[in-house]
Amino acid sequence: MFRPKTRYVALPSPRAGVGEEIDRLTCPKCDTSLEPARLTAALGVCYRCGYHFRLRAPERIAMLVEPGSFREEDQQITAKDVLGFKDSQPYSKRIEQSRAATGANEAVIWGEATLAGHRLVIVCLDFAFMGGSMGAATGEKITNGIERALQSHLPLLIISASGGARMQEGMLSLMQLAKTAAALGRLGAAGVPYISLLTDPTMGGVTASFASLGDVILAEPGAMIGFAGARVIQQATYETLPEGFQTAEFLWRHGMIDLVVPRPELPAVLRQLLDLYIKNGIVKDFELQKPAKTSAPVSVVPR
Amino acid sequence: MSENGSVAAATWEQVELARHPDRPYALDYIHAIFSDFFELHGDRVFGDDHAIIGGPAAFDKRTVMVIAQQKGRTTAERALRNFGMANPEGYRKALRLIKQAERFRFPIVALVDTSGAFPGAGAEERGIAWAIADNLVALAEARVPIVTLVIGEGGSGGALGIGVGDRLLMMEHSIYSVAMPEACASILWRDIARKVEAADALKLTAADLKRLGLADEIVPEPPGGAQNDFGVATDAAGAALRRHLGALETIEIDRLVEERYQRYRKIGAEAP
Repeated sequence: MFRPKTRYVALPSPRAGVGEEIDRLTCPKCDTSLEPARLTAALGVCYRCGYHFRLRAPERIAMLVEPGSFREEDQQITAKDVLGFKDSQPYSKRIEQSRAATGANEAVIWGEATLAGHRLVIVCLDFAFMGGSMGAATGEKITNGIERALQSHLPLLIISASGGARMQEGMLSLMQLAKTAAALGRLGAAGVPYISLLTDPTMGGVTASFASLGDVILAEPGAMIGFAGARVIQQATYETLPEGFQTAEFLWRHGMIDLVVPRPELPAVLRQLLDLYIKNGIVKDFELQKPAKTSAPVSVVPR
Repeated sequence: MSENGSVAAATWEQVELARHPDRPYALDYIHAIFSDFFELHGDRVFGDDHAIIGGPAAFDKRTVMVIAQQKGRTTAERALRNFGMANPEGYRKALRLIKQAERFRFPIVALVDTSGAFPGAGAEERGIAWAIADNLVALAEARVPIVTLVIGEGGSGGALGIGVGDRLLMMEHSIYSVAMPEACASILWRDIARKVEAADALKLTAADLKRLGLADEIVPEPPGGAQNDFGVATDAAGAALRRHLGALETIEIDRLVEERYQRYRKIGAEAP
Protein backbone atom coordinates (compact mmCIF):
# COMPACT_ATOMS: atom_id res chain seq x y z
CA MET A 1 0.00 0.00 0.00
CA PHE A 2 1.22 3.45 -0.80
CA ARG A 3 2.07 5.76 2.07
CA PRO A 4 2.84 9.43 1.54
CA LYS A 5 6.57 9.97 1.37
CA THR A 6 8.12 12.78 3.31
CA ARG A 7 9.98 14.05 0.30
CA TYR A 8 6.69 15.22 -1.13
CA VAL A 9 5.75 17.26 1.91
CA ALA A 10 5.66 21.05 1.84
CA LEU A 11 6.21 21.62 -1.81
CA PRO A 12 5.96 25.27 -2.66
CA SER A 13 2.95 26.13 -4.72
CA PRO A 14 4.07 28.28 -7.62
CA ARG A 15 1.87 31.15 -8.64
CA ALA A 16 1.19 29.50 -11.93
CA GLY A 17 -0.37 31.70 -14.52
CA VAL A 18 -1.81 31.08 -17.91
CA GLY A 19 0.85 29.79 -20.23
CA GLU A 20 2.79 27.98 -17.57
CA GLU A 21 2.15 24.77 -19.44
CA ILE A 22 4.18 25.87 -22.45
CA ASP A 23 7.15 27.00 -20.41
CA ARG A 24 7.89 24.16 -18.07
CA LEU A 25 11.59 24.49 -18.16
CA THR A 26 12.53 25.09 -14.57
CA CYS A 27 11.16 23.17 -11.64
CA PRO A 28 9.81 25.63 -9.07
CA LYS A 29 10.79 23.27 -6.28
CA CYS A 30 14.29 22.07 -7.05
CA ASP A 31 15.21 24.69 -9.64
CA THR A 32 16.40 22.04 -12.06
CA SER A 33 16.30 22.85 -15.75
CA LEU A 34 13.96 20.33 -17.26
CA GLU A 35 13.78 19.05 -20.80
CA PRO A 36 10.19 19.54 -21.96
CA ALA A 37 10.07 16.20 -23.77
CA ARG A 38 11.30 14.26 -20.75
CA LEU A 39 8.96 16.20 -18.46
CA THR A 40 6.00 15.37 -20.69
CA ALA A 41 7.02 11.73 -20.74
CA ALA A 42 7.10 11.91 -16.93
CA LEU A 43 3.45 13.13 -16.96
CA GLY A 44 4.42 16.61 -15.82
CA VAL A 45 6.20 15.36 -12.72
CA CYS A 46 9.72 16.72 -12.17
CA TYR A 47 12.03 13.81 -12.79
CA ARG A 48 14.52 15.18 -10.28
CA CYS A 49 12.37 15.96 -7.22
CA GLY A 50 8.87 14.65 -7.91
CA TYR A 51 7.23 18.05 -8.01
CA HIS A 52 3.82 17.78 -9.69
CA PHE A 53 3.25 20.54 -12.24
CA ARG A 54 -0.25 21.81 -12.75
CA LEU A 55 -2.01 20.43 -15.79
CA ARG A 56 -4.56 21.87 -18.17
CA ALA A 57 -7.86 20.02 -18.11
CA PRO A 58 -7.52 18.52 -21.62
CA GLU A 59 -3.98 17.29 -20.82
CA ARG A 60 -5.22 15.72 -17.62
CA ILE A 61 -8.08 13.90 -19.28
CA ALA A 62 -5.88 12.72 -22.16
CA MET A 63 -3.47 11.30 -19.59
CA LEU A 64 -6.16 9.21 -17.90
CA VAL A 65 -8.73 8.00 -20.38
CA GLU A 66 -8.55 5.62 -23.30
CA PRO A 67 -7.50 7.56 -26.40
CA GLY A 68 -10.41 9.02 -28.32
CA SER A 69 -12.97 7.91 -25.75
CA PHE A 70 -13.73 11.32 -24.25
CA ARG A 71 -16.88 13.04 -25.56
CA GLU A 72 -16.99 16.60 -24.31
CA GLU A 73 -20.38 18.07 -23.41
CA ASP A 74 -21.59 21.62 -22.89
CA GLN A 75 -18.59 23.06 -24.72
CA GLN A 76 -20.62 26.12 -25.65
CA ILE A 77 -21.49 27.11 -22.08
CA THR A 78 -19.51 30.14 -21.04
CA ALA A 79 -19.46 32.70 -18.25
CA LYS A 80 -21.74 35.72 -18.33
CA ASP A 81 -21.28 39.02 -16.55
CA VAL A 82 -24.68 39.14 -14.89
CA LEU A 83 -23.73 41.63 -12.17
CA GLY A 84 -21.83 44.08 -14.38
CA PHE A 85 -18.83 43.46 -12.13
CA LYS A 86 -15.78 45.64 -12.47
CA ASP A 87 -12.56 45.62 -10.47
CA SER A 88 -9.40 46.92 -12.15
CA GLN A 89 -11.13 45.87 -15.36
CA PRO A 90 -14.61 44.73 -16.30
CA TYR A 91 -15.39 41.06 -15.73
CA SER A 92 -16.70 40.77 -19.28
CA LYS A 93 -13.22 41.70 -20.49
CA ARG A 94 -11.60 39.19 -18.13
CA ILE A 95 -13.84 36.47 -19.55
CA GLU A 96 -12.80 37.39 -23.09
CA GLN A 97 -9.13 37.42 -22.14
CA SER A 98 -9.37 34.07 -20.39
CA ARG A 99 -11.13 32.54 -23.34
CA ALA A 100 -8.50 33.86 -25.72
CA ALA A 101 -5.58 32.82 -23.55
CA THR A 102 -6.82 29.32 -22.73
CA GLY A 103 -8.91 28.38 -25.74
CA ALA A 104 -11.55 27.23 -23.28
CA ASN A 105 -15.01 28.64 -22.64
CA GLU A 106 -15.06 27.94 -18.95
CA ALA A 107 -12.98 26.72 -16.01
CA VAL A 108 -14.28 23.17 -16.35
CA ILE A 109 -14.80 20.55 -19.03
CA TRP A 110 -16.82 17.37 -18.72
CA GLY A 111 -18.03 14.41 -20.67
CA GLU A 112 -18.22 10.63 -20.77
CA ALA A 113 -15.08 8.62 -21.32
CA THR A 114 -13.66 5.14 -20.90
CA LEU A 115 -11.08 4.50 -18.21
CA ALA A 116 -9.66 1.05 -17.55
CA GLY A 117 -12.47 -0.44 -19.58
CA HIS A 118 -15.14 1.33 -17.53
CA ARG A 119 -17.46 3.97 -18.93
CA LEU A 120 -17.63 6.94 -16.55
CA VAL A 121 -18.44 10.65 -16.34
CA ILE A 122 -15.35 12.78 -15.91
CA VAL A 123 -15.44 16.42 -14.82
CA CYS A 124 -12.15 18.30 -14.80
CA LEU A 125 -11.50 21.84 -13.61
CA ASP A 126 -8.95 24.00 -15.36
CA PHE A 127 -6.90 26.29 -13.15
CA ALA A 128 -5.64 28.21 -16.18
CA PHE A 129 -9.12 29.68 -16.72
CA MET A 130 -9.56 32.35 -14.06
CA GLY A 131 -7.88 30.25 -11.41
CA GLY A 132 -10.38 27.45 -11.89
CA SER A 133 -12.88 29.61 -10.04
CA MET A 134 -16.50 28.47 -9.88
CA GLY A 135 -19.02 30.86 -11.37
CA ALA A 136 -22.58 30.11 -12.44
CA ALA A 137 -21.57 28.54 -15.78
CA THR A 138 -18.88 26.46 -14.06
CA GLY A 139 -21.37 25.22 -11.49
CA GLU A 140 -23.89 24.52 -14.22
CA LYS A 141 -21.46 22.33 -16.15
CA ILE A 142 -20.37 20.47 -13.03
CA THR A 143 -24.01 19.87 -12.07
CA ASN A 144 -24.83 18.68 -15.59
CA GLY A 145 -21.98 16.19 -15.25
CA ILE A 146 -23.25 14.96 -11.89
CA GLU A 147 -26.79 14.63 -13.22
CA ARG A 148 -25.52 12.68 -16.24
CA ALA A 149 -23.81 10.25 -13.88
CA LEU A 150 -27.07 9.97 -11.95
CA GLN A 151 -29.24 9.44 -15.02
CA SER A 152 -26.94 6.99 -16.77
CA HIS A 153 -25.73 5.24 -13.59
CA LEU A 154 -22.13 5.83 -14.54
CA PRO A 155 -19.46 6.38 -11.89
CA LEU A 156 -18.29 9.96 -11.52
CA LEU A 157 -14.75 11.30 -11.34
CA ILE A 158 -14.29 15.00 -10.58
CA ILE A 159 -10.78 16.44 -10.73
CA SER A 160 -10.55 19.71 -8.83
CA ALA A 161 -8.11 22.60 -9.33
CA SER A 162 -9.60 25.84 -8.14
CA GLY A 163 -9.10 28.93 -6.03
CA GLY A 164 -12.75 28.74 -4.95
CA ALA A 165 -15.92 30.61 -5.78
CA ARG A 166 -15.64 33.28 -8.49
CA MET A 167 -15.88 36.71 -6.85
CA GLN A 168 -17.06 38.41 -10.04
CA GLU A 169 -20.37 36.59 -9.98
CA GLY A 170 -21.08 37.32 -6.34
CA MET A 171 -23.89 35.34 -4.76
CA LEU A 172 -24.60 33.52 -8.02
CA SER A 173 -21.21 31.86 -7.51
CA LEU A 174 -21.84 31.05 -3.85
CA MET A 175 -25.11 29.34 -4.71
CA GLN A 176 -23.22 26.91 -6.96
CA LEU A 177 -21.87 25.33 -3.78
CA ALA A 178 -25.42 24.45 -2.78
CA LYS A 179 -26.34 23.39 -6.31
CA THR A 180 -23.44 20.98 -6.83
CA ALA A 181 -23.75 19.58 -3.30
CA ALA A 182 -27.48 18.96 -3.72
CA ALA A 183 -26.84 17.07 -6.96
CA LEU A 184 -24.16 14.95 -5.27
CA GLY A 185 -26.60 14.20 -2.47
CA ARG A 186 -28.89 12.62 -5.05
CA LEU A 187 -26.01 10.77 -6.67
CA GLY A 188 -24.99 9.33 -3.31
CA ALA A 189 -28.56 8.33 -2.48
CA ALA A 190 -28.75 6.54 -5.83
CA GLY A 191 -25.66 4.51 -5.02
CA VAL A 192 -23.57 5.85 -7.89
CA PRO A 193 -19.93 6.07 -6.80
CA TYR A 194 -18.10 9.41 -6.91
CA ILE A 195 -14.32 9.65 -6.81
CA SER A 196 -12.93 13.11 -6.06
CA LEU A 197 -9.36 13.86 -7.07
CA LEU A 198 -7.89 17.01 -5.52
CA THR A 199 -5.02 18.64 -7.34
CA ASP A 200 -3.00 21.78 -6.74
CA PRO A 201 -4.71 23.97 -5.64
CA THR A 202 -8.17 23.12 -4.30
CA MET A 203 -9.41 25.89 -2.03
CA GLY A 204 -12.38 27.82 -0.70
CA GLY A 205 -15.88 27.13 -1.89
CA VAL A 206 -14.83 24.26 -4.12
CA THR A 207 -13.40 22.39 -1.14
CA ALA A 208 -16.52 23.31 0.84
CA SER A 209 -18.80 21.70 -1.73
CA PHE A 210 -18.28 19.01 -4.36
CA ALA A 211 -14.55 18.42 -3.87
CA SER A 212 -14.88 17.12 -0.31
CA LEU A 213 -18.01 15.04 -0.96
CA GLY A 214 -16.38 12.11 -2.74
CA ASP A 215 -17.07 8.55 -1.65
CA VAL A 216 -13.33 8.25 -2.13
CA ILE A 217 -11.09 11.30 -2.02
CA LEU A 218 -7.65 11.18 -3.63
CA ALA A 219 -5.07 13.93 -3.87
CA GLU A 220 -1.85 14.54 -5.73
CA PRO A 221 1.37 14.87 -3.71
CA GLY A 222 2.07 18.37 -2.46
CA ALA A 223 -1.26 19.79 -3.63
CA MET A 224 -2.49 22.75 -1.57
CA ILE A 225 -5.95 21.90 -0.29
CA GLY A 226 -8.03 23.85 2.19
CA PHE A 227 -10.78 26.32 2.87
CA ALA A 228 -9.24 29.59 4.03
CA GLY A 229 -5.88 30.58 2.56
CA ALA A 230 -2.78 30.48 4.74
CA ARG A 231 -2.33 34.26 4.45
CA VAL A 232 -5.89 34.90 5.62
CA ILE A 233 -5.42 32.54 8.56
CA GLN A 234 -2.21 34.23 9.58
CA GLN A 235 -3.76 37.67 9.36
CA ALA A 236 -6.78 36.58 11.39
CA THR A 237 -5.08 34.56 14.10
CA TYR A 238 -1.33 35.36 14.09
CA GLU A 239 -0.88 31.59 14.36
CA THR A 240 2.35 29.97 13.31
CA LEU A 241 1.25 27.45 10.74
CA PRO A 242 2.77 23.99 10.92
CA GLU A 243 5.20 22.70 8.34
CA GLY A 244 3.37 21.45 5.28
CA PHE A 245 0.09 23.08 6.37
CA GLN A 246 -2.78 22.39 3.95
CA THR A 247 -0.79 20.03 1.75
CA ALA A 248 -2.34 16.78 0.58
CA GLU A 249 -0.13 14.93 3.07
CA PHE A 250 -1.29 17.18 5.91
CA LEU A 251 -4.92 16.42 5.07
CA TRP A 252 -4.20 12.71 4.84
CA ARG A 253 -2.67 12.75 8.32
CA HIS A 254 -5.79 14.50 9.62
CA GLY A 255 -8.12 11.96 8.09
CA MET A 256 -9.62 14.21 5.43
CA ILE A 257 -8.58 12.23 2.36
CA ASP A 258 -8.15 8.57 1.60
CA LEU A 259 -4.90 8.49 -0.32
CA VAL A 260 -2.13 10.65 -1.72
CA VAL A 261 -1.43 9.32 -5.18
CA PRO A 262 1.61 10.23 -7.28
CA ARG A 263 0.48 10.96 -10.83
CA PRO A 264 2.07 7.91 -12.46
CA GLU A 265 0.14 5.62 -10.07
CA LEU A 266 -3.20 7.30 -10.70
CA PRO A 267 -4.45 5.07 -13.55
CA ALA A 268 -3.86 1.93 -11.51
CA VAL A 269 -5.57 3.38 -8.44
CA LEU A 270 -8.57 4.52 -10.46
CA ARG A 271 -8.82 1.15 -12.17
CA GLN A 272 -8.85 -0.63 -8.82
CA LEU A 273 -11.48 1.71 -7.38
CA LEU A 274 -13.75 1.53 -10.41
CA ASP A 275 -13.49 -2.27 -10.40
CA LEU A 276 -14.37 -2.45 -6.71
CA TYR A 277 -17.11 0.13 -6.57
CA ILE A 278 -19.17 -1.14 -9.45
CA LYS A 279 -18.51 -4.85 -9.02
CA ASN A 280 -21.84 -5.41 -7.29
CA GLY A 281 -23.63 -3.24 -9.81
CA ILE A 282 -25.26 0.13 -9.40
CA VAL A 283 -28.77 0.32 -8.03
CA LYS A 284 -31.08 0.97 -10.93
CA ASP A 285 -34.36 2.83 -11.10
CA PHE A 286 -33.78 4.46 -7.77
CA GLU A 287 -36.66 6.72 -6.91
CA LEU A 288 -35.49 10.15 -5.84
CA GLN A 289 -38.57 10.68 -3.72
CA LYS A 290 -37.72 7.84 -1.40
CA PRO A 291 -35.59 8.61 1.62
CA ALA A 292 -32.29 6.78 1.19
CA LYS A 293 -32.47 4.88 4.45
CA THR A 294 -35.75 3.09 3.74
CA SER A 295 -35.30 2.24 0.08
CA ALA A 296 -34.20 -1.24 -0.77
CA PRO A 297 -32.34 -1.86 -4.02
CA VAL A 298 -34.98 -2.40 -6.68
CA SER A 299 -32.81 -4.10 -9.21
CA VAL A 300 -29.17 -4.32 -9.99
CA VAL A 301 -27.44 -3.57 -13.24
CA PRO A 302 -25.62 -6.72 -14.31
CA ARG A 303 -22.03 -6.19 -15.24
CA MET B 1 -26.01 61.92 -2.35
CA SER B 2 -25.32 62.87 -5.91
CA GLU B 3 -21.56 62.94 -6.28
CA ASN B 4 -19.40 60.18 -7.70
CA GLY B 5 -19.26 57.05 -5.65
CA SER B 6 -22.46 57.85 -3.81
CA VAL B 7 -23.93 54.50 -4.75
CA ALA B 8 -20.91 52.69 -3.37
CA ALA B 9 -21.10 54.83 -0.22
CA ALA B 10 -24.75 53.89 0.23
CA THR B 11 -23.85 50.20 -0.14
CA TRP B 12 -21.10 50.58 2.43
CA GLU B 13 -23.62 52.12 4.82
CA GLN B 14 -25.63 48.89 4.49
CA VAL B 15 -22.53 46.83 5.28
CA GLU B 16 -21.91 48.90 8.41
CA LEU B 17 -25.54 48.62 9.48
CA ALA B 18 -25.46 44.85 8.99
CA ARG B 19 -22.43 44.76 11.30
CA HIS B 20 -23.74 47.33 13.81
CA PRO B 21 -22.63 46.21 17.29
CA ASP B 22 -26.00 47.15 18.81
CA ARG B 23 -28.04 45.17 16.30
CA PRO B 24 -30.22 42.37 17.64
CA TYR B 25 -28.35 39.09 17.50
CA ALA B 26 -29.72 35.58 17.10
CA LEU B 27 -30.63 35.08 20.78
CA ASP B 28 -32.53 38.38 20.77
CA TYR B 29 -34.66 37.11 17.89
CA ILE B 30 -35.00 33.65 19.41
CA HIS B 31 -36.24 34.89 22.77
CA ALA B 32 -38.61 37.41 21.17
CA ILE B 33 -40.14 35.08 18.57
CA PHE B 34 -40.11 31.60 20.15
CA SER B 35 -40.84 30.28 23.61
CA ASP B 36 -39.22 27.46 25.56
CA PHE B 37 -36.03 27.48 23.48
CA PHE B 38 -33.94 24.59 24.78
CA GLU B 39 -30.34 24.93 23.68
CA LEU B 40 -28.60 21.73 22.69
CA HIS B 41 -24.84 21.62 23.01
CA GLY B 42 -22.01 19.78 21.36
CA ASP B 43 -21.30 17.98 18.13
CA ARG B 44 -20.79 14.57 19.84
CA VAL B 45 -17.43 14.35 18.10
CA PHE B 46 -15.07 16.95 19.45
CA GLY B 47 -16.60 19.88 21.29
CA ASP B 48 -19.19 22.60 21.56
CA ASP B 49 -18.99 25.68 19.39
CA HIS B 50 -20.67 28.75 20.81
CA ALA B 51 -20.66 30.58 17.47
CA ILE B 52 -23.45 28.29 16.29
CA ILE B 53 -26.31 27.64 18.68
CA GLY B 54 -29.48 25.67 18.29
CA GLY B 55 -32.20 23.53 19.69
CA PRO B 56 -35.94 22.99 19.71
CA ALA B 57 -38.28 25.85 20.52
CA ALA B 58 -42.03 26.41 20.54
CA PHE B 59 -43.43 28.54 17.74
CA ASP B 60 -47.21 28.90 17.86
CA LYS B 61 -48.58 25.35 18.03
CA ARG B 62 -45.53 23.58 16.67
CA THR B 63 -41.97 22.87 17.67
CA VAL B 64 -39.28 24.18 15.37
CA MET B 65 -35.57 23.42 15.30
CA VAL B 66 -33.64 26.66 15.54
CA ILE B 67 -30.09 26.78 14.17
CA ALA B 68 -28.39 30.15 14.45
CA GLN B 69 -25.10 31.98 14.34
CA GLN B 70 -24.55 34.04 17.46
CA LYS B 71 -22.22 37.00 17.84
CA GLY B 72 -21.21 38.37 21.23
CA ARG B 73 -22.10 41.77 22.66
CA THR B 74 -19.56 42.11 25.47
CA THR B 75 -15.85 41.50 25.07
CA ALA B 76 -16.10 38.27 27.03
CA GLU B 77 -19.05 37.07 25.00
CA ARG B 78 -17.37 37.99 21.75
CA ALA B 79 -14.44 35.80 22.73
CA LEU B 80 -16.79 32.97 23.75
CA ARG B 81 -18.70 33.26 20.47
CA ASN B 82 -15.49 33.69 18.46
CA PHE B 83 -17.09 36.79 16.88
CA GLY B 84 -19.72 34.55 15.32
CA MET B 85 -17.16 32.61 13.28
CA ALA B 86 -17.78 28.90 13.68
CA ASN B 87 -15.30 26.05 13.70
CA PRO B 88 -16.12 22.60 12.25
CA GLU B 89 -17.76 21.66 15.57
CA GLY B 90 -20.39 24.33 15.03
CA TYR B 91 -21.32 22.98 11.61
CA ARG B 92 -21.30 19.40 12.92
CA LYS B 93 -23.58 20.41 15.79
CA ALA B 94 -25.85 21.99 13.18
CA LEU B 95 -25.77 18.73 11.22
CA ARG B 96 -26.81 16.84 14.34
CA LEU B 97 -29.74 19.23 14.76
CA ILE B 98 -30.75 18.95 11.09
CA LYS B 99 -30.91 15.15 11.41
CA GLN B 100 -32.82 15.45 14.65
CA ALA B 101 -35.26 17.91 13.10
CA GLU B 102 -35.98 15.36 10.37
CA ARG B 103 -36.49 12.59 12.90
CA PHE B 104 -39.08 14.57 14.84
CA ARG B 105 -40.50 16.51 11.88
CA PHE B 106 -39.53 19.88 13.29
CA PRO B 107 -39.41 22.57 10.61
CA ILE B 108 -35.99 24.25 10.62
CA VAL B 109 -35.54 27.98 11.18
CA ALA B 110 -31.98 29.11 10.46
CA LEU B 111 -30.77 32.55 11.54
CA VAL B 112 -27.64 33.59 9.66
CA ASP B 113 -25.21 36.10 11.13
CA THR B 114 -21.52 35.50 10.46
CA SER B 115 -18.68 37.16 8.62
CA GLY B 116 -17.64 33.64 7.64
CA ALA B 117 -16.41 30.33 8.94
CA PHE B 118 -13.40 30.70 11.24
CA PRO B 119 -10.11 30.95 9.34
CA GLY B 120 -7.89 29.06 11.77
CA ALA B 121 -5.33 26.28 11.56
CA GLY B 122 -7.41 24.04 13.83
CA ALA B 123 -10.49 24.58 11.69
CA GLU B 124 -8.54 23.40 8.65
CA GLU B 125 -7.10 20.40 10.50
CA ARG B 126 -10.56 19.32 11.56
CA GLY B 127 -12.02 19.76 8.07
CA ILE B 128 -14.06 22.97 8.07
CA ALA B 129 -14.74 22.61 4.34
CA TRP B 130 -15.83 18.99 4.83
CA ALA B 131 -18.23 20.02 7.61
CA ILE B 132 -19.80 22.78 5.52
CA ALA B 133 -20.17 20.57 2.45
CA ASP B 134 -21.89 17.85 4.50
CA ASN B 135 -24.42 20.43 5.73
CA LEU B 136 -25.15 21.61 2.19
CA VAL B 137 -26.14 18.06 1.30
CA ALA B 138 -28.06 17.46 4.54
CA LEU B 139 -30.08 20.67 4.19
CA ALA B 140 -30.80 20.02 0.52
CA GLU B 141 -32.19 16.58 1.41
CA ALA B 142 -33.88 17.35 4.74
CA ARG B 143 -37.50 16.21 4.68
CA VAL B 144 -38.83 19.15 6.68
CA PRO B 145 -39.57 22.75 5.67
CA ILE B 146 -36.61 25.11 6.09
CA VAL B 147 -36.75 28.90 6.32
CA THR B 148 -33.51 30.86 6.41
CA LEU B 149 -33.42 34.41 7.73
CA VAL B 150 -30.28 36.51 7.40
CA ILE B 151 -30.32 38.84 10.40
CA GLY B 152 -26.98 40.59 9.95
CA GLU B 153 -23.99 39.35 7.98
CA GLY B 154 -24.20 36.44 5.58
CA GLY B 155 -20.55 35.61 4.98
CA SER B 156 -19.76 33.14 2.21
CA GLY B 157 -19.64 29.38 2.74
CA GLY B 158 -19.76 29.94 6.48
CA ALA B 159 -23.27 31.36 6.11
CA LEU B 160 -24.37 28.85 3.48
CA GLY B 161 -23.31 26.03 5.81
CA ILE B 162 -26.56 26.59 7.75
CA GLY B 163 -28.29 28.58 5.00
CA VAL B 164 -29.69 26.18 2.42
CA GLY B 165 -33.48 26.03 2.53
CA ASP B 166 -36.89 26.53 0.96
CA ARG B 167 -37.09 30.26 1.56
CA LEU B 168 -34.43 32.92 2.00
CA LEU B 169 -35.57 35.97 3.93
CA MET B 170 -33.33 38.92 4.65
CA MET B 171 -33.65 41.64 7.23
CA GLU B 172 -33.76 44.99 5.43
CA HIS B 173 -30.23 46.00 6.40
CA SER B 174 -28.61 42.59 6.27
CA ILE B 175 -26.05 41.55 3.67
CA TYR B 176 -25.11 38.23 2.07
CA SER B 177 -21.99 37.85 0.01
CA VAL B 178 -19.75 35.30 -1.69
CA ALA B 179 -16.89 36.95 0.22
CA MET B 180 -16.69 39.81 2.69
CA PRO B 181 -15.81 43.08 0.92
CA GLU B 182 -12.42 43.26 2.67
CA ALA B 183 -11.47 39.79 1.44
CA CYS B 184 -12.71 40.53 -2.06
CA ALA B 185 -10.76 43.82 -2.19
CA SER B 186 -7.67 42.06 -0.98
CA ILE B 187 -8.00 39.34 -3.63
CA LEU B 188 -9.09 41.35 -6.68
CA TRP B 189 -7.58 44.78 -6.03
CA ARG B 190 -4.79 43.51 -3.77
CA ASP B 191 -5.74 46.44 -1.54
CA ILE B 192 -8.07 46.11 1.41
CA ALA B 193 -8.82 49.85 1.26
CA ARG B 194 -10.90 49.22 -1.87
CA LYS B 195 -13.52 47.49 0.27
CA VAL B 196 -16.18 50.12 -0.47
CA GLU B 197 -15.91 49.53 -4.22
CA ALA B 198 -15.78 45.79 -3.64
CA ALA B 199 -18.95 45.90 -1.52
CA ASP B 200 -20.77 47.71 -4.29
CA ALA B 201 -19.50 45.39 -7.03
CA LEU B 202 -20.45 42.22 -5.10
CA LYS B 203 -24.17 43.09 -5.03
CA LEU B 204 -24.61 41.96 -1.45
CA THR B 205 -27.49 44.00 -0.01
CA ALA B 206 -30.90 42.53 0.75
CA ALA B 207 -32.31 44.58 -2.13
CA ASP B 208 -29.63 43.19 -4.49
CA LEU B 209 -30.44 39.61 -3.53
CA LYS B 210 -34.14 40.23 -4.01
CA ARG B 211 -33.44 41.69 -7.47
CA LEU B 212 -31.27 38.69 -8.36
CA GLY B 213 -34.14 36.40 -7.41
CA LEU B 214 -32.12 34.77 -4.62
CA ALA B 215 -33.99 36.28 -1.65
CA ASP B 216 -37.75 35.76 -1.38
CA GLU B 217 -38.58 38.61 0.94
CA ILE B 218 -37.06 41.60 2.65
CA VAL B 219 -38.18 41.95 6.26
CA PRO B 220 -38.58 45.63 7.17
CA GLU B 221 -36.58 47.14 10.00
CA PRO B 222 -37.42 50.23 12.07
CA PRO B 223 -36.15 53.58 10.70
CA GLY B 224 -32.36 53.74 10.83
CA GLY B 225 -31.98 50.00 11.48
CA ALA B 226 -32.95 47.19 13.83
CA GLN B 227 -30.66 48.50 16.57
CA ASN B 228 -33.08 51.39 17.13
CA ASP B 229 -35.99 49.19 18.15
CA PHE B 230 -35.48 45.46 18.74
CA GLY B 231 -39.21 44.88 19.19
CA VAL B 232 -40.18 46.22 15.80
CA ALA B 233 -37.48 44.16 14.07
CA THR B 234 -38.19 40.92 15.91
CA ASP B 235 -41.97 41.30 15.46
CA ALA B 236 -41.53 41.74 11.72
CA ALA B 237 -39.15 38.77 11.60
CA GLY B 238 -41.56 36.61 13.60
CA ALA B 239 -44.48 37.52 11.35
CA ALA B 240 -42.48 36.71 8.20
CA LEU B 241 -41.28 33.37 9.61
CA ARG B 242 -44.84 32.47 10.64
CA ARG B 243 -46.21 33.27 7.20
CA HIS B 244 -43.54 31.40 5.23
CA LEU B 245 -43.47 28.36 7.50
CA GLY B 246 -47.26 28.19 7.34
CA ALA B 247 -47.18 28.21 3.55
CA LEU B 248 -44.39 25.60 3.34
CA GLU B 249 -46.21 23.28 5.72
CA THR B 250 -49.09 22.95 3.27
CA ILE B 251 -46.77 21.52 0.60
CA GLU B 252 -46.45 17.75 0.40
CA ILE B 253 -42.93 16.83 1.55
CA ASP B 254 -41.70 15.05 -1.61
CA ARG B 255 -42.75 18.05 -3.65
CA LEU B 256 -41.14 20.43 -1.19
CA VAL B 257 -37.78 18.64 -1.37
CA GLU B 258 -38.01 18.56 -5.18
CA GLU B 259 -38.84 22.26 -5.30
CA ARG B 260 -35.90 22.98 -3.01
CA TYR B 261 -33.64 21.06 -5.39
CA GLN B 262 -34.96 23.03 -8.37
CA ARG B 263 -34.62 26.30 -6.47
CA TYR B 264 -30.83 25.86 -6.45
CA ARG B 265 -30.65 23.88 -9.67
CA LYS B 266 -31.94 26.79 -11.72
CA ILE B 267 -29.45 29.35 -10.38
CA GLY B 268 -27.06 29.96 -13.23
CA ALA B 269 -28.76 27.44 -15.51
CA GLU B 270 -28.61 28.11 -19.23
CA ALA B 271 -31.79 29.38 -20.81
CA PRO B 272 -33.18 26.58 -23.02
